[in-house]
Amino acid sequence: MPQTRTPDAHFFVEARYNGTKVVAVTPDYAEVSKLSDLWLHPKQGTDSALAMALGHVVLKEFFLDRQVPYFEDYTRRYTDLPMLVRLRQEGGRYVPDRYVRQSDLKGAPKSSSADWKTVALSEASGDPTVPRGSMGYRWPKGNEPEGHWNLEEKDGETGEEVRLTLSTITNRDDVVPVAYPYFGGQLNPRFTENDQGGDVLVRRVPVRRLSLADGETLVATVFDLLCGHYGVDRGLDDPATAKSYEDDVPYTPAWQQTITGVPAAQAIQVAREFANNAEKTKGRSMVIIGAGINHWYHQDMTYRGVINLLMMCGTIGRSGGGWAHYVGQEALRPLAGWMTLAFARDWVRPVRQMNGTSFFYAHSDQWRYEKIDATELLSPLADPSRYPASMIDFNVKAERMGWLPSAPQLESNSLTLVREAEKSRKTPAEFVAGGLKAGTLKLSCEDPDNPINFPRNLFIWRSNLFGSSGKGHEYFLKHFLGTRNGLQGKDLGETDGVKPQEVVWRDAAPEGKLDLVVTLDFRMSSSCLYSDIVLPTATWYEKNDLNTTDMHTFVHPLSAAVDPVWESKSDWETYKAIAKRFSELAQGHLGIERDLVLSPIKHDTPGELAQPLDVKDWKKGECEPIPGVTAPQVSVVERDYPNTYKRFTALGPLIDKLGNEEKGVEWETLEEVEALAGLNHRVTEPGVTEGRPRLDTDIDAAETILCLAPETNGKVAVKGWAALGEKTGRDHTHLAKPREDERIRFRDIQAQPRKVITTHTWSGIQSEEQTYNAGYLNVTELIPWRTLTGRQQFYQDHQWMRDFGEGFALYRPPVDTRTVNDMLGKRSNGEKEIVLNFITPHQKWGIHSTYTENLIMLTLSRGGPIVWISEIDAKAAGIVDNDWVELFNINGAIAVRAVVSQRVQQGMCLMYHAQEKIVNVPGSQITGQRGGIHNSVTRTLLKPTHMIGGYAQLSYSFNYYGTVGSNRDEFVIVRKLNEIKWLDHSNPVDPAHQQEPAQ
Amino acid sequence: MKIRAQIAMVLNLDKCIGCHTCSVTCKQVWTSRQGMEYAWFNNVETKPGIGYPKDWENQERWQGGWRRKKNGKIVPKQGGKLTILAKIFANPALPEIDDYYEPFTFDYEHLQKAPELETAPVARPLSLVSGRPMEKIEWGPNWEEILGGEFSKRSQDYNFEAVQKDIYGQFENTFMMYLPRLCEHCLNPACVASCPSGSIYKREEDGIVLIDQDKCRGWRMCVSGCPYKKIYYNWTSGKAEKCIFCYPRIEAGQPTVCSETCVGRIRYLGVFLYDADGIEAAASVEDEQDLYEAQLKLFLDANDPEVARQAAADGVPDNWIEAARRSPVYKMAVDWKIAFPLHPEYRTLPMVWYVPPLSPIQSHANAGAIETVGEIPDVKSLRIPVRYLANLLTAGAEAPIVSALERLLAMRTHYRQRQLGESDGMAVLEQVGLSLAEVQEMHRYLAIANYEDRFVIPTSHKETAEDAYGMKGACGFSFGNGCDAGEPHSSLFGGQMGRRKLTPIRPLDT
Repeated sequence: MPQTRTPDAHFFVEARYNGTKVVAVTPDYAEVSKLSDLWLHPKQGTDSALAMALGHVVLKEFFLDRQVPYFEDYTRRYTDLPMLVRLRQEGGRYVPDRYVRQSDLKGAPKSSSADWKTVALSEASGDPTVPRGSMGYRWPKGNEPEGHWNLEEKDGETGEEVRLTLSTITNRDDVVPVAYPYFGGQLNPRFTENDQGGDVLVRRVPVRRLSLADGETLVATVFDLLCGHYGVDRGLDDPATAKSYEDDVPYTPAWQQTITGVPAAQAIQVAREFANNAEKTKGRSMVIIGAGINHWYHQDMTYRGVINLLMMCGTIGRSGGGWAHYVGQEALRPLAGWMTLAFARDWVRPVRQMNGTSFFYAHSDQWRYEKIDATELLSPLADPSRYPASMIDFNVKAERMGWLPSAPQLESNSLTLVREAEKSRKTPAEFVAGGLKAGTLKLSCEDPDNPINFPRNLFIWRSNLFGSSGKGHEYFLKHFLGTRNGLQGKDLGETDGVKPQEVVWRDAAPEGKLDLVVTLDFRMSSSCLYSDIVLPTATWYEKNDLNTTDMHTFVHPLSAAVDPVWESKSDWETYKAIAKRFSELAQGHLGIERDLVLSPIKHDTPGELAQPLDVKDWKKGECEPIPGVTAPQVSVVERDYPNTYKRFTALGPLIDKLGNEEKGVEWETLEEVEALAGLNHRVTEPGVTEGRPRLDTDIDAAETILCLAPETNGKVAVKGWAALGEKTGRDHTHLAKPREDERIRFRDIQAQPRKVITTHTWSGIQSEEQTYNAGYLNVTELIPWRTLTGRQQFYQDHQWMRDFGEGFALYRPPVDTRTVNDMLGKRSNGEKEIVLNFITPHQKWGIHSTYTENLIMLTLSRGGPIVWISEIDAKAAGIVDNDWVELFNINGAIAVRAVVSQRVQQGMCLMYHAQEKIVNVPGSQITGQRGGIHNSVTRTLLKPTHMIGGYAQLSYSFNYYGTVGSNRDEFVIVRKLNEIKWLDHSNPVDPAHQQEPAQ
Repeated sequence: MKIRAQIAMVLNLDKCIGCHTCSVTCKQVWTSRQGMEYAWFNNVETKPGIGYPKDWENQERWQGGWRRKKNGKIVPKQGGKLTILAKIFANPALPEIDDYYEPFTFDYEHLQKAPELETAPVARPLSLVSGRPMEKIEWGPNWEEILGGEFSKRSQDYNFEAVQKDIYGQFENTFMMYLPRLCEHCLNPACVASCPSGSIYKREEDGIVLIDQDKCRGWRMCVSGCPYKKIYYNWTSGKAEKCIFCYPRIEAGQPTVCSETCVGRIRYLGVFLYDADGIEAAASVEDEQDLYEAQLKLFLDANDPEVARQAAADGVPDNWIEAARRSPVYKMAVDWKIAFPLHPEYRTLPMVWYVPPLSPIQSHANAGAIETVGEIPDVKSLRIPVRYLANLLTAGAEAPIVSALERLLAMRTHYRQRQLGESDGMAVLEQVGLSLAEVQEMHRYLAIANYEDRFVIPTSHKETAEDAYGMKGACGFSFGNGCDAGEPHSSLFGGQMGRRKLTPIRPLDT
């Protein structure tokens, strides 16, 4: 944290003087350890095991041995612990199935929203009750009333006060064996498994018997299932639960010690103190965690395991407690204003968006080399015949079911399609659905190697795809760019591997899909080096702009202190210039066109109630393709190509007509548009934008954002709260009313950065009494979490979640990426080879790759890219501090110098990201090319559960849910580099060394 | 008793996050020029380590600071005046460039100008000294960053003296701290004593030690004289340079660049009133471990009316005496005794002091219960060995370090107990001898650490140094030599004002 959140770190350090106790959980003695009271160092990648053990202790001592009123009250009201889950009988045992829904109850209303309302038991009557706040209340159907989407403890139907039952153990109907998946015994050669004699744990759980619409069904509360899952004993004569913390039973402290190495005594002490502290302070225990967790394949197990602990201790939403997720500043505050501008919501809706990870996985052809069989990831309790083995098949399914976006979308030209639809006299939605079903219309994702489906033009902006973020760097070089690369592996065609079923396999792997790569940057990054055209951009002090984050209170300006030098321009001017020229060139080629746009089912829209009870794939004939429900949404957008520049430079009429929206709340914007017309003046030139507010300069753009966004415009904030209040039936306007007259303008923030206004977009508040923290408004204003249950969830009941064994958080060892063995010992240079886990923390000497070549940063570091190795591993490989070393696997190779240090745990190496390959990097002996970037030894790994869509919180939205590019499960071979070639003009690449794939 | 004032600094190492902002900002402002690339007036070292320049704390090797002769007098360790003169052309204790590092840059232009190649181009390192390509970078000013380098190398760290150090090389027992350091602006500077030209001087009004660049002849005896190795040789000008304590800013009442930009908010600047007459005696005490106390005794309490009267009589301005009353460095060094001098055994009476850092509990200490002493953890169970910190800050005396660490822990415990409603937190204060008012003030200065509390810097009285009135309206016009006093020295044709007859005017104000 001091390394990556440097400006804020002093607050953390000073909090210790207020009495805060700090535990650092990090596999190496990282900088933060120095500032802590206790350093726990679980083996890298096993954090979820530790998290489970902490939860085990807290459940036992603070929920079972005795009850803490604050914890019980909190979990009862703000989590899904009271919700009922159906149990499915399988042989002699039961398996947790989906939540009970209102539609399961006899006599339930026939409305589809009943499918989305979860059910609990009333403590008073013992009967089922449908509490308010679940997703079905968010989007009422027909003439169902608005205003019941809140966390008041009331029955949804009757409005009566109701206290929900946490556990049925005292008035149960039965106790039954329930089966839970267990992954801790899985073999991964480099992690310690804990064999429990099988991959299913059976624990005894108290249940109730309900007479549901489809028959007698056993149900249990999430709480009771959770206790069974954690293995805490409840006096139910269960041999499988833990009788003491020393039992090697999932998930005790002793059990986790075998996997993580953290002594059981430490785990117990930390759990106790954490919960004790939360009890005494009503929730002021906190976990600060970073996006490094996202680098692991089973990241959600770590996150959820930790969040479980935070929920149990009633910390989330409490100032001074909860979940402090420290991840970058890419998210910004005045979201509704920015989204309008960035996605031209004032001219066109919807916009085409695409999730990067899936896009690059498909188009850099990494799917052709996939080694992971998805069915190996399934729960032992799932039916593997329902699922494909190839990762990309899952992505294709997700795209066609309307869960994930697509790019490109359909194989046919989206402009001609609209005309065809009109000719057929069908609506566009009918036309597309019919065509897909008949097979006459094809989704591009089913044939990514068909040239008609290649992405052709790539603009890289505010990013360094080829030097930093692109996982599987060498795959990008080979397939995307078609240039020299260090890829060592063979694709599935060459190895006779199992090929995808949903995707066309073409034997000749395409190379060089892109026709044009343009990068905007102010430094000569690797992306620039690989680009056809580099557009030099202005730096921060050469332009006007806004700087905000969702993690800090203030809106900051960037102000032009000097003009951009030479040919560089601000991004705004660059894109404006492109738009102008494009508009001129479009004449005669494109006019006003109607464009068929597919978009995925979006979170925070009524569409997120898509498939409530199961997953049906229209392509398999399991249902009809219904756009927006079982297939992507179909829309037609009008584009006026010759007027692109005019549209760019004026605020469009759609914002007047449709208003604005954010996170499911809508409001009209007429007053704001009028204000902008006054502030930025109106367009006077004749044409399609005449009379509209101007968007000429970067300051115009900043003012537009500030004016439209509730965070910077008090009136809009009040409107947003009022609109949300219609849904919750509660008045939230008091949160913004005191600042209703405030309109933060660009000149204001230039004089002094201003604090944002509290809005419905965020769950924390701006206040002089409370610090901003997430979940605060959910807890105090009783605004539901935007989840299926309306509450924080220990359980995830989506079919895919359960079938992948992740209904509950648990320990899953890192996946075996199988990239080492094909290279180990096969390409010897005479040096000893060792194998290390490749870990990629965020570096100190750059913000990702920016500043990485800055001379002062390089001087204070080691003058070039480095990798950290433990003293023990270095000794084993004969490596001494500052030796040149090579790291490689079938993905590619890296050539850097080693930093040997005692603070690194044995078995792993740390290559901080992102150090690029543009400074002080020699040639690799393995590839014969320049040594690669840190992502040269990684590749993109997809996880099917990240593809789920159309399911309440598991639905697509920009920068929200989707596939994540994990990479830390990767291992590399490390050895000394004993021949240094600089591969510049004086000794060029040995032509005999061209791309020899590993044998 | 002759009272003088000095602006001194305290760094709270417990809060240092090792971000190096101080090094970067100082370098950007003062030493980003040819000849000084390798010189970092402020640098941050990771400990345990041998630091920058290499092994600087080893005075057996580098002969810096003072030593006490048998007759009780102190002399620079490298020798008195005659000895220095004898070595003036061949100083045996002078660090060379490789003891610092060979400064480098990179062939960045190659990235833009490279011809078509078989592989991506790269910018290779170039030496800033020779201008030639460097085959490999072997050292830098921060090579041991976050414990980079084998323990066997870093443990040459002089502060391991009398510490059983082997176990600290093991992963389990790792400890680490950061040491940001700069010129100490000592009361008894060895550099001043070492200079054959007499070009180094300590300012009376604020204690800042400066090298007169006109008088410096580049003998470099100061470089070895300084035990902190904070004088650098500018290999382009041939003269010595050092941290100037940002005196143009200090004179204006502004903090030093390193202090103001410190992101961790660990630095404090304030006034010490000290007895200049007592310096020699303090630096000459026999036992090294008595130096710390002896120096403490030199610091005077500005709240004492006698001291204030004497200070005023000795020429200390009123606003300086007032600043001394509110001095954060006085509070930390004298009132609370949580700050200590860096290597007092060098006998230079350094004026940049340090609060020692807490550290995590040792792993084996936490295997079961934590050892406590009364209400707080036993400081001996913290990872950083107390003796290590004592070697750094008190010439090896452990008791004052233990007391300081216990006071920090007590402050934390006091506030924690109150936050959790466990108790009124008074027992722990009694244990460490702090009053409630004292711990609250400690909290104010260390935890809240407002800008106005961290930097209490009186402005200098420029009017005593020069007549500013004549300069008004003049600055901005340059007659070829920078900012001039306003009087033209040459005419249109480059010569003197020449044969023009000037009417004498009685100067009214000059």
